[in-house]
Amino acid sequence: MASASAATFGSLTIETPAHRDLVIEKLVLWHFLFSLTFLIVAMLAGWFFSLQLLQAYPFAGIEHLSPGRWRMIHTNGVAYGFIANAFLGALHWAIPRLTLQKVASKALSWFIFFAWQFVVLATVVGLIMGKAQAVEWGETPIFIDPLAIAGLILVAINFMTPILRSKGPMYVTLWYFIAGLVWTILVYAMGNYLPQFFVGGAASGALIGLFIHDLVGLFVTPLGWGLMYYFVPIILKKPIWSHGLSLVGFWGLAFFYPLNGIHHFLYSPIPMFLQYGAVISTIAVELVVTTVIINFFATIRHRGDMLRTNMPIRWFYIGMVFYFTTCLQCAMQVTLTFQKIIHFTDWVVGHSHLVMFGVFGFWIMGFMTHLFPRLLGAKGWYRAGWNEWHFWLMGISMLVMFFDLVFAGLVQGFMWRDLASWESTTVASGPFWFVRTLSGLGMLAGMGFFLANIAMTAVHRRTIEPTGQPAGESSGGATLATA
Amino acid sequence: MFESKAGIILIAGLFMFALAFVVMGLLPWLIYLDKPEQTMEDLVAGGVTAEFVDLAERFPAQFKEHFPDGVTRGSYASALERGRDIYVAEGCWHCHSQQVRPVSNEDLRFGPVSHAREYHNVLQRPVLFGTRRVGPDLIREAARRSNDWHVAHFFDPVLVSPTSVMPTYPWLYDDEDYPNRDGMSLIAYVQWLGSWLPEYPYFQGEGPMGPTERSGDEVALARESEGS
Ligand code: HEC
Ligand code: HEM
Repeated sequence: MASASAATFGSLTIETPAHRDLVIEKLVLWHFLFSLTFLIVAMLAGWFFSLQLLQAYPFAGIEHLSPGRWRMIHTNGVAYGFIANAFLGALHWAIPRLTLQKVASKALSWFIFFAWQFVVLATVVGLIMGKAQAVEWGETPIFIDPLAIAGLILVAINFMTPILRSKGPMYVTLWYFIAGLVWTILVYAMGNYLPQFFVGGAASGALIGLFIHDLVGLFVTPLGWGLMYYFVPIILKKPIWSHGLSLVGFWGLAFFYPLNGIHHFLYSPIPMFLQYGAVISTIAVELVVTTVIINFFATIRHRGDMLRTNMPIRWFYIGMVFYFTTCLQCAMQVTLTFQKIIHFTDWVVGHSHLVMFGVFGFWIMGFMTHLFPRLLGAKGWYRAGWNEWHFWLMGISMLVMFFDLVFAGLVQGFMWRDLASWESTTVASGPFWFVRTLSGLGMLAGMGFFLANIAMTAVHRRTIEPTGQPAGESSGGATLATA
Repeated sequence: MFESKAGIILIAGLFMFALAFVVMGLLPWLIYLDKPEQTMEDLVAGGVTAEFVDLAERFPAQFKEHFPDGVTRGSYASALERGRDIYVAEGCWHCHSQQVRPVSNEDLRFGPVSHAREYHNVLQRPVLFGTRRVGPDLIREAARRSNDWHVAHFFDPVLVSPTSVMPTYPWLYDDEDYPNRDGMSLIAYVQWLGSWLPEYPYFQGEGPMGPTERSGDEVALARESEGS
């Protein structure tokens, strides 16, 4: 950990400040801890909701524990509590290291940290008290929205400053971060205000579709891919295979992804020609995604053994396999033929879980596995075996949940079309819902191993011997090599 | 340009977002702009539903307490608004859709296919199309069930539908288990959904005037053999 030094690249001389001056490790740690806390709360909320579908909800009749309200805590908790916190933490790590610049203000970083936890907690309380807003994934009560938007603007200022100050060509990761930071503010403001105050009826349906889709596509996806472009080459110690494909992937996403909005309401009263447009651009996204996937799999060529030996890489790449799967699924399920049967069924719920958790959740698990020992001041994990348990329990449960819900969706869709009585369709779904509840237990158990490992690593941080797995990257100029 | 800071902020960040907003958001908005959104007054201008009157007759003391004006358009409007708020707060819209699609025999199961004009009112702001059906669609629910049925159903769905996975809502009832103001409002709201159609309710294979010529199953079979 040398103090500030300088590196020369041709005519360019760049200061390389020490890691500890750039990254507020404590803040990253706290973001991660809160992220995991909200994840557990949200998973429990989802798990208890799944009990309702088995007619076994333990808190029936208690107003503030009503399953309908807790379902909203489940979805908002994972988006704003788990994913947003994890990404904020990771951005605090990646951006200063990539740009070799500090964030705009460390005080601001801490302020954002507290403000964001307040936003998430206020959302949870608001939803429990019955103040939801009728925008899927934007249920955040109306009076909290301005605070959330102010928070997002501060986040953008805090991170854009180092990016704009940095010199030389920008690495792919930063493209995604810049765009993602701008988009998130716009998406949030659009979805939470226009349908509520300005537009009603079918047109508000179009906006809500755009919001649901953009929240995944313009907030979670760019930040997630940006982090992959950052962590994967660093851990593999080799550059991304093709810069050209990185360009295609980024601009393809920027162009096609937002045009998908209305595909959430196919066959609805929204004009049909717009629905066709959304269908076509959704299929186009699949092509773009393929280029990104090819780029990453070409990068890991000749390093395939890392999938076995390196936990973070394994999380990242299994997440990419799932990403390709969901996008392929997307290209199929968006066709009007599929829509007839699978819309409104559990098929879609299976799809959501594979994207939100199988992809982004797994990536988050990956970089948390990579960074936690370092953040805790340990040389490695307390038990490498527990990390394996974490991975396999999560991976298998995820697959079980996905296939279970996809098949459940097909059964429901065909029974509905065949005019079976509604009761018989929920009875037929029962076994599928039971398996889903079991797979939820598997996921919770997997998280148990992870949390226990984090706690034990913190306790024994001074005595842990390095296990050969790198506990976080080396500091300083290493990042330049990949830029 | 494609790798510069300004290029990414302006073209990707702002322009691409704006483009999609225009195509996927603004265009449908403009298409419906000439159709004025119905206000609460417009919605109750035609009077109140028979089910609302029935609530007042069935629970006279409680109704008087919750709606001191009696059966008026004003009371009805306030009930609908409050009912909608509860529908949103309780997350009913995550288990029930409010749109009948023109496919998958939904018109046979639920009734007439939804039309955009049905959603141009303040109670559909934001619209409650829904994306998931654990329970059936509700946009044609008006008068399909009696108030009595709903009173029992919201208290504990299993009472009337033994295999139901719908949650219980006992807090919509007062100490003597009569529906309270929220309960009555929610029932009024559910009984409103679809009441604007010239003919309602619709039962599977049966129109409002009795059995239709062919049963739903027969139509479905015929459609299947036609391959649609
Ligand atoms: C967990 C998902 C779930 C939630 C949340 C839910 N329902 Fe249901 N609902 C169902 C299911 C399943 C049925 C079908 C079985 C039955 O009749 O209870 C149903 C049936 C109904 C019916 C009867 C439809 C008919 O004519 O057959 C109405 C009306 C209804 N729900 C209204 C509501 C309202 C209002 C709320 C919110 C307060 C709500 N539901 C919340 C799942 C749900
Ligand atoms: C313990 C594990 C989990 C269980 C048991 C569970 C259960 C559920 C249930 C029952 C629903 C409602 C489905 C319906 O309406 O029929 C749901 C929805 C959802 N869950 Fe989970 N969940 C779990 C973990 C997660 C995780 C980790 C994420 C994301 C990181 C997630 C994201 C979502 C999303 C986005 C939806 C909305 C789906 C939609 O409306 O299409 N869930 N979950």
